[in-house]
Amino acid sequence: MLQAPEITPEMVEQDKVYREMGLTDKEYDMIKDIMGRRPNFTEIGIFSVMWSEHCSYKTSKPLLKKFPTEGKQVVQGPGEGAGVVDIGDGQGVVFKVESHNHPSAVEPYQGAATGVGGIIRDVFSMGARPIASLNSLRFGNLTTDRVKYLFEEVVHGIAGYGNCVGVPTVGGEVQFDDSYEGNPLVNAMCVGLIDTKDIQKGIASGLGNTIMYVGSKTGRDGIHGATFASEDLSEETESKRSNVQVGDPFMEKLLIEACLEVIHSPALVGIQDMGAAGLTSSASEMASKAGMGMEMNLDDIPQREANMTAYEMMLSESQERMLLCVKKGEEQEIIDIFRKYNLEAVAVGTVTDDKRFRLLHKGEVVADIPVDSLAEDAPIFHKESKVPAFYEEYQNMPAYAPNVTGHADMLKKLLQQPTIASKEYVYDQYDSMVQANTVFSPGSDAAVLRVRGYDKALAMTIDCNSRYIHLDPEVGGQIAVAEAARNIVASGAKPLAITDGLNFGNPDKPENFWQMEKSVDGMSAACLKLDTPVISGNVSLYNESNGQAIFPTPIVGMVGLHESVSHITPSHFQNEGDAIYVIGETAAEFGGSELQNVLEGRYFGKAPAIDLEVEAKRQSELLEAIRSGLVVSAHDISEGGLAVAVAESLFTGKGFGANIAVEGELTAALFSESQSRFVVSVKEADRQAFEQAVENAHYLGTVSNQGKLVVSNGTEEVINEEIEALQQLWRGAIPCLLKSKA
Amino acid sequence: MKFAVVVFPGSNCDRDMYYAAKEALGEEADMLWYKDANLDGYDAILIPGGFSYGDYLRCGAIASTSKVVEQLREKAEAGVPILGVCNGFQILVESGLLPGALMRNKNLKFMCHFEDLVVENNETIFTSNYEKGEVISIPIAHMEGNYYCDEETLASLRDNNQIVFTYKNNPNGSAADIAGVTNERGNVLGMMPHPERAVEAILNSADGLKLFQSMLKNWRETYVAGA
Repeated sequence: MLQAPEITPEMVEQDKVYREMGLTDKEYDMIKDIMGRRPNFTEIGIFSVMWSEHCSYKTSKPLLKKFPTEGKQVVQGPGEGAGVVDIGDGQGVVFKVESHNHPSAVEPYQGAATGVGGIIRDVFSMGARPIASLNSLRFGNLTTDRVKYLFEEVVHGIAGYGNCVGVPTVGGEVQFDDSYEGNPLVNAMCVGLIDTKDIQKGIASGLGNTIMYVGSKTGRDGIHGATFASEDLSEETESKRSNVQVGDPFMEKLLIEACLEVIHSPALVGIQDMGAAGLTSSASEMASKAGMGMEMNLDDIPQREANMTAYEMMLSESQERMLLCVKKGEEQEIIDIFRKYNLEAVAVGTVTDDKRFRLLHKGEVVADIPVDSLAEDAPIFHKESKVPAFYEEYQNMPAYAPNVTGHADMLKKLLQQPTIASKEYVYDQYDSMVQANTVFSPGSDAAVLRVRGYDKALAMTIDCNSRYIHLDPEVGGQIAVAEAARNIVASGAKPLAITDGLNFGNPDKPENFWQMEKSVDGMSAACLKLDTPVISGNVSLYNESNGQAIFPTPIVGMVGLHESVSHITPSHFQNEGDAIYVIGETAAEFGGSELQNVLEGRYFGKAPAIDLEVEAKRQSELLEAIRSGLVVSAHDISEGGLAVAVAESLFTGKGFGANIAVEGELTAALFSESQSRFVVSVKEADRQAFEQAVENAHYLGTVSNQGKLVVSNGTEEVINEEIEALQQLWRGAIPCLLKSKA
Repeated sequence: MKFAVVVFPGSNCDRDMYYAAKEALGEEADMLWYKDANLDGYDAILIPGGFSYGDYLRCGAIASTSKVVEQLREKAEAGVPILGVCNGFQILVESGLLPGALMRNKNLKFMCHFEDLVVENNETIFTSNYEKGEVISIPIAHMEGNYYCDEETLASLRDNNQIVFTYKNNPNGSAADIAGVTNERGNVLGMMPHPERAVEAILNSADGLKLFQSMLKNWRETYVAGA
């Protein structure tokens, strides 16, 4: 085991103990240089977590620099706990996404629960009230007991934590593909609301000021979690179970309320949560950001277990802990606020001016490190990049031409594909309405929350089609951002900014690194074109199991603003007699499509094409039409194509149907996944005005009250199905898969 | 009219309840932290939903032992209207202020969605603005909302018209489809569905507002001269 305190600095070097902590020989030598001596066991442990990929972004930094991060709406870009975007009236919206993939693969309930808890802390440590959670989940196909277990327990974990802590879980997405079988993805996003004057920073400034610890006591859980997150999953993963933290949402709820009160105290200087790498990262980062040093006495750290070593305390990732910098002499004011909530704030250290990170334990100095070296001196790797052979192969394939005979049967099959099927099983377990602001809850293109007291609302979504990115990371990266923006626009809001959750395989493999590079290029181009800068994010690498990488999955969390609540637009049809349009052009594009998955069981060929100029123009035209009151409902077309989008628009339970006529080759018209398209409904009287406002709007037919989807192609009726029956299939698919025996 | 919203550690619908009374209804309301709450001078008391004490041990069990519950008992005795929603209902049941118990939902999962409720009794101070038999759309959000009581208690609930709301399509296995019950005197109502989340059309239903309006109307009729 790693925690033997009797390991001497000499042994660390000679026995290469640091390797077990994830450091290379070269990194050890760098650390030795920085220290001017051999680091002891505690010190090398501290370096190992701070220099892990999870904390230092040493592999991804060169790529992250490419993201556009500026815009007039940006109040706080990447670098603090979460980013902040201006929404007028002195208010800002704060948001960030974070992954908890490896913990969830090992202990799905706690892994997912603590993922939710961690991202909520990032948001309220900025001084914002958390107002919404979203999540993006990836699993293998629901055919094995293990995958079903992971799926059910991840959902339970998110529900167990999110419901208790009182932040509504308003949106999300779940996709199922074989590549995630051994390495599921759990990305949690939190959105907060703040008066921008209240924005807090995680800094420890002011010589002699006091460092205070508040929240759960420190235990041995989660030791080396950040390092664990920075390596491949393997057969030995089960033995890492002790690395997974355990969450206490009740403690978190108390911390939220107490911290949101504390931020108004003039005694507070800085505040940061203890996330990955726990006490080590929060303390050293707070000092480093302020250009100061810090001395902490570990004897004062509240401890849950007996005889903890300095190493264990510094590397613990026990949850629900915050670190505060408080003006010297004003500690009591802070103590009193926390006491109201039955929480104890404890002085554990002081701010120094020597730029050292010094730790005392039982009367001895157990670590003394130049503080900036932890956050800033981690080596940056420029990894080798290589175009994968499969990409060349995909690009050179002739266009995939699916052979579909019964189009009605295919529609039914598509509606039952778990990636398309209703996720009600999942979101019914989440409290999506607490705080009483939820206008559209899960099941809509974007979740919508009104901003209490103002004529405005926020739209939010989280999205990524990794199949396209697998086929073509650059085009797929563009699509990921564009599709998220489509969701926001369809709800009637203007996209503001994104948070990115980059999930990839092992970056040491040049083919994987190439996928990272290209996806970032694609996302950056779309962010620039759509004016949605990146304000925060997270990188999760080494998502592999038994040597197989996941599909590259750069998840996009996006928030938009409704400038008036009257712009809020549902994704479902609303009235009999309304005209149905498809906006955008349809080509025969089936690479990476759900249809290809149904027919072939795998994905190949070219990803659908996207033209960002067209995308931007179309989104702004649709948004303008919505703001002018010309659009009754709008839904973006994604997996499964037009037929699925129209069917979903009819799943209201109100007895609506549709009579539509499609032109051209039938399979493409119904199931192609061509990009930049929407299905909208428009009042009959507004048709002319709508057609003038939106280019490339093609009339399809009308909403009926007959409860049937009737589709014709030329003179032939190709689909005539009861909506209620289709909806049953769509709703029942996931519960049915969970019940069936593997 | 002046409402008190009692806030326990872990309450999370406290603000929603406060805004329902203050903004949607337009009356006075205060949020009172359980430690130093003084319930004197309030015309009605609201016990909000959430996870008091993390729902550790048993939903509502720890909160029911707190000092403020002693005051609640006195106020209930004195006839002050008390509404407990969700975890508030669980606290009232654990305190013995309402009969029965709330067990885990029959599917053993948390559930959150709108449900149709039937107003079974519109002759209470909480429901007089509804029609008898009116169907209203109110969200639920709970893991332990499966109402249970023995046969004898159920018979007396029926005899005394204490069953105020039932579910049209019972989602959680509750006995006799019960969604909300009062005490014998009729001044304490506990219900699992959240009327405070359904007080404005923008929140997809304003059907819950009539509950608060009923409380206001009855208070005016009782206490305001000439009303």
